[in-house]
Amino acid sequence: MDVSAEAKRIMAVSISKLYASRAQRGGMRLHRSLLLSVIMRSARDLYHSACLAKEREELGTAHLVPVTPEEDAMDTTANGEQVEVEVSQVEPEPESPLTPPIQEPMSSDSGAAQGACKTRTFSGKETVEDKENRSPVSPDRHSRKRRGKASVAPDFLPSKRARLSLELGEERVLRTGRRNCCRAGDAFTTLSLNSNRAIAAF
Amino acid sequence: MTGVGRSVGEAARVIEQAERGRGKKVKQEGGPQRLSHYIAPSFEKDRLHESIPGHTSPGIERASRIPLAMAGTGGGSNDVQWCFSQVKGAIDDDVAEADIISTVEFNHSGELLATGDKGGRVVIFQQEIENKSQPQCRSEYNVYSTFQSHEPEFDYLKSLEIEEKINKIRWLPQKNAAQFLLSTNDKTIKLWKISERDKRLEGYNLKEEDGRCIDPNTVTALRVPVFRPMDLMVEASPRRVFANAHTYHINSISINSDHETYLSADDLRINLWHQEITDRSFNIVDIKPVNMEELTEVITAAEFHPNQCNTFVYSSSKGSIRLCDMRASALCDKHSKLFEEPEDPSNRSFFSEIISSISDVKFSHNGRYMMTRDYLSVKIWDLNMETRPVETYQVHEYLRSKLCSLYENDCIFDKFECCWNGNDSVVMTGSYNNFFRMFDRGQRRDVTLEASRENSKPRQVLKPRKVCAGGKRKKDEISVDSLDFNKKILHTAWHPQDNIIAVATTNNLYIFQDKVN
Repeated sequence: MDVSAEAKRIMAVSISKLYASRAQRGGMRLHRSLLLSVIMRSARDLYHSACLAKEREELGTAHLVPVTPEEDAMDTTANGEQVEVEVSQVEPEPESPLTPPIQEPMSSDSGAAQGACKTRTFSGKETVEDKENRSPVSPDRHSRKRRGKASVAPDFLPSKRARLSLELGEERVLRTGRRNCCRAGDAFTTLSLNSNRAIAAF
Repeated sequence: MTGVGRSVGEAARVIEQAERGRGKKVKQEGGPQRLSHYIAPSFEKDRLHESIPGHTSPGIERASRIPLAMAGTGGGSNDVQWCFSQVKGAIDDDVAEADIISTVEFNHSGELLATGDKGGRVVIFQQEIENKSQPQCRSEYNVYSTFQSHEPEFDYLKSLEIEEKINKIRWLPQKNAAQFLLSTNDKTIKLWKISERDKRLEGYNLKEEDGRCIDPNTVTALRVPVFRPMDLMVEASPRRVFANAHTYHINSISINSDHETYLSADDLRINLWHQEITDRSFNIVDIKPVNMEELTEVITAAEFHPNQCNTFVYSSSKGSIRLCDMRASALCDKHSKLFEEPEDPSNRSFFSEIISSISDVKFSHNGRYMMTRDYLSVKIWDLNMETRPVETYQVHEYLRSKLCSLYENDCIFDKFECCWNGNDSVVMTGSYNNFFRMFDRGQRRDVTLEASRENSKPRQVLKPRKVCAGGKRKKDEISVDSLDFNKKILHTAWHPQDNIIAVATTNNLYIFQDKVN
């Protein structure tokens, strides 16, 4: 399908850019890394929704299955709203295949068959931070446990990862990311976690 | 210090010390930059001496020196015809990475034009004094001073190399005979003093003319050293180094109208400095989240208000601008105003989030407006209205359908700058294919011009260019697919009073002036 292939390609391009920026002179640029991870996440969302649409077509179901909200470590919405993609409206358009309309948040169905990622509240943003008198010890980190979706693991990613990660350090990061995923098969989630880690490493 | 019974030699030492204390220092930290030990940028390939004559230089630019018509005072902006004046830099297509121009800035009078490059060098051009006998002659810009501002450094703690590329240059308002500017790379800001020396002391008692010391015991008579004229020499010396205050990469510096402080901004923090104090700076904005994984936006540019010394703005990667008042609190995390335009849903696309990232923000000279540049447009905001810009100009809307390719070739990350003309009636910004665009706010007209070697004949009037977005391409139009995305104009500057513009292509600096009708 056009959309999923396009999303896959964008994901691959983004990953290679992110890895290339590690070797860049002057170190990783935070702004650039942020933009790359935004694109990666959008591409991943698009890919997932495209795959789901494909599955639904194959299964022949007519009604909508609400997509469980995915909570990412790096949510672009300001107050932790959950962004969902209305799967049925994603259509491959020849001119701009990457324009999925993003719907406003719906109530989540945690028992959905697709599995749920743990919702993380943004307490960090709501509490008033006294930066002048803050103690150096950072508060408890949110649990990194995530449960990936039960979607088909994209076949290109594992081999891509093996090709790209030549350094030992990168291998370690990837493996750590895998461990934190309850469902090890979800490579997309793993990779976005890695990108977040890459930025968190600043 | 003169006492009874001192020897002649000791008295001589006292006089020498007094002479050294007064007037210019011959040697200070870092010393005046000697020009022979580094590779000069291609502007001065032919000229590697220690002293650079100022006004009397023969000049090594390859451009014409035929004087242009002087700018007229009458006529609106639509009467302006832009003519080629000069081009600086190497002709050959093989661009040395160190020669890539990374910033361009006129000083407050417009007499000096500074450029910074990726190799950490600063080159300053000076406008020659107009030839009074020929009123039709417009003065030209010639090299005035060149120095190595920043060197590559290595951060051992993080195992990172710190690039020497000059990110920004800002001139300080002139207070005395010397000129001062701030130049910054990713981590360190330096205050440079550029001064002229056209006299030298001769007749020291303890030093020969060639520098050899004279034994004080052989001195039998004293003389007072005198000033003798010499060839004009322009010296650049680092007066202050402001280091170790930024964890992330510095993207902006801005000098306050109080003439005492300035700010520096990196991706997540803004620091306030005093121009004299290097070991301390105050953090006034900090948007770093407690958990870095929750990071959603970064600071992309910051600037002080041109006449309100308590006000500054900073732009974000999400397309918003925050205006802060330093009187409100010591930490300006809470903004006074938030300028944000809701996204046009019809333009929503996969990449619309990242193209809304603002790459530059500039106040108008009168301080009533500010201009922001995002990837596809220039927006002008009235400081009194936060909900939407008062004017929006599309720079290269034809690229909206090409965003995917521009993402792949990295062009979507290009950070274009923008600038105002002296009376805030016209704004200018760069584009691809060495095109640059001007938008006349009053006349509601815009023009696309090109900086190229082909249009570099003396006094040649620049012909407006047009990009054909689709459909039938007319004669003289260029189609979007033929645009050269490697030829980008990111940095432009406008003379504060006259219609003189400096436009930087990859490694060349073009100077255009208007033509009297």
